[in-house]
Amino acid sequence: MDTMPRWADIALIPLINLTLALLVSALVIALIGENPAQAMGVMIRGAVGSAYGWGYTLYYATNFIFTGLAVAVAFHARLFNIGGEGQAALGGLGVAIVCLSVPWPHWTLALPAAVLGGALFGAAWAAIPAWLQATRGSHIVITTIMFNFIASALLVYLLVNVLKVPGSMAPETARFPEGARLPSAYDWGAWMGFGRSAPLNVAFFVALACCVAVWVLIWKTRLGYEIRAFGQSEAAAKYAGIRPVRTIMITMLISGGLAGLMAVNAVQGEAERLVIDSVQGAGFVGIAVALMGRSHPLGVLLAALLFGALYQGGAELEFEMPAISREMIVVIQALVILFTGALDNMVRGPVEGLFRRRRKGAT
Amino acid sequence: MDLATVIQLLDSTLRLATPLLLACLAGLFSERAGIFDIGLEGKMLAAAFFSAAVAAMTGNVWIGLLAGTAASLALAALHGLASITFRGNQLISGVAINFLASGLTVLIGQTWFQLGGRTPSLEGAARFQEITLPLAGVLEPVPVIGPLYANVLSGHTILVYVGLLAVPATWYVLFRTRFGLRLRAVGENPGAVDTAGVSVVGLRFSAVLICGLLCGLAGAYLATGLSAGFVKEMSAGRGFIALAALIFAKWRPWYALAACLLFGLLEALGNRFQSLEVLGVTLPTQFMQALPYILTVVILAGFVGKAIPPRAGGAAYVKER
Repeated sequence: MDTMPRWADIALIPLINLTLALLVSALVIALIGENPAQAMGVMIRGAVGSAYGWGYTLYYATNFIFTGLAVAVAFHARLFNIGGEGQAALGGLGVAIVCLSVPWPHWTLALPAAVLGGALFGAAWAAIPAWLQATRGSHIVITTIMFNFIASALLVYLLVNVLKVPGSMAPETARFPEGARLPSAYDWGAWMGFGRSAPLNVAFFVALACCVAVWVLIWKTRLGYEIRAFGQSEAAAKYAGIRPVRTIMITMLISGGLAGLMAVNAVQGEAERLVIDSVQGAGFVGIAVALMGRSHPLGVLLAALLFGALYQGGAELEFEMPAISREMIVVIQALVILFTGALDNMVRGPVEGLFRRRRKGAT
Repeated sequence: MDLATVIQLLDSTLRLATPLLLACLAGLFSERAGIFDIGLEGKMLAAAFFSAAVAAMTGNVWIGLLAGTAASLALAALHGLASITFRGNQLISGVAINFLASGLTVLIGQTWFQLGGRTPSLEGAARFQEITLPLAGVLEPVPVIGPLYANVLSGHTILVYVGLLAVPATWYVLFRTRFGLRLRAVGENPGAVDTAGVSVVGLRFSAVLICGLLCGLAGAYLATGLSAGFVKEMSAGRGFIALAALIFAKWRPWYALAACLLFGLLEALGNRFQSLEVLGVTLPTQFMQALPYILTVVILAGFVGKAIPPRAGGAAYVKER
């Protein structure tokens, strides 16, 4: 029984949720004694008002597309992969190893290799929690949380003791060779006004390609059908001959691989070396992005753009209104997760009731 | 390692285990009632901030404790609203609460004190003072037991003892009272509890609020007992270690004490030694930091005793219509 038209489910409810989250955020800003309307203006102008802003907004969005798709793919199999943070960190390790071990002659060769390295390492980090969930029934949420912490400790150890440049104090790898440098927005988009400082790079197009690939995978392939069927009902999927262990493993490997790809953007594209905490919470933003985007690649893309703008706008906000610290972004992010994820039924109930009454009135 | 070092290590073990223990027991109440709570971290952080902030403003640590607990309870109520009333996803609600606390504490801290998210450092009556247990001085010369009593058990702040006493109290409430029986039942089979005419919603809300209270104590201890003031992200993953300890203890109070002491010892060892030599192998500090999480994964994998969570955990209860 459909109580609501489709457009209400995929557009109206997320919009109401988002509006509520923004309203509460405005309230928070008002409570700390600042003007919410002015803050909003600063954020919008800072994020999308100039080519400079776009250079950062799209860079952040690229990270969030990868981590958002990672969470979204797992959601389709009703698996909550909260380990994007650790998987992306390991992806960084993979990308760094690939970039540093070969004197790359040109980025067109280095990019596919780094994509492979990042995805492989990210997938490997998701493999153990996935295997434990599939064969031992260990709750994947808990194991992936634990693996985030283990990944962070592992990377600190490797950077301090193994990968650090001898003689240097900073716990980071050497700079990647020039041949592994991805063309930045300045190289291919200077005519659009991007400056030298823009961190946006060709990894953005890899992210867009991943959106298309995930859409094809989930809705146009047999594997995608199996993943969705498994997510809808494990019992029915089993009865239809879908193997649960295989489905869980493949889904989580794809999910971890997507999270690992984030490193192509952040590590190879921007930092050009592996530093401590290269992920900076993007793995968790992926949860918000997947929730807002209803686990659909197009939704994830839009939500990632929104969060990219939020991150860049938040940085400008701290600059122009020092009374509002950068943590305001974290608060907005929390409220978006709260309203679109946890309190979804609070909005859904009344809206469904409204449509039901209208339909009754019509017949 | 001489005796003095061991005594010091055990002393800091107890100190560091206390916030874990309080948070772990908090999670125990919630999860035994069928409400997953990965927001322990956020509740602790919020309590740490508000206890330190109010203690700094009033100069009274008890008012600070009250404020910290109130903040933690407010977040617990939000978790209850989302996961019990609106039957939302408990894990997502927990994630949101962690972010909310992490952002709001720094934002409000900056507005109130302009110290980059820190609170002013606390001194005198704005902090919990160390308590010397009776007879500590008299017993000290007694070999082995004396130093253990006088230097390990004695000389902590009141919340350490509250944490230790909370273990038998939790055991008693859960396993020897009618409320505890119902609370455990609601985590295993809420339908049966509902059939018996007991309110599932009421029981789960009380469990979530007890969880908020204990997280409040844990957070207040962090900022006003263990340290002297709040710093950004000071809970530093302790909420998740407490969660790990809870699984490690298989949701049982006395085992929770043991697990928290073990994880506290690991932290104490990590703080004291840069690396540790065990059987000829050098273990780096990072390994010790990761050890609680590794142990938890091993336990979860079920190779060394299987950890089975309460059966109805994570699922919202929908009454039959």
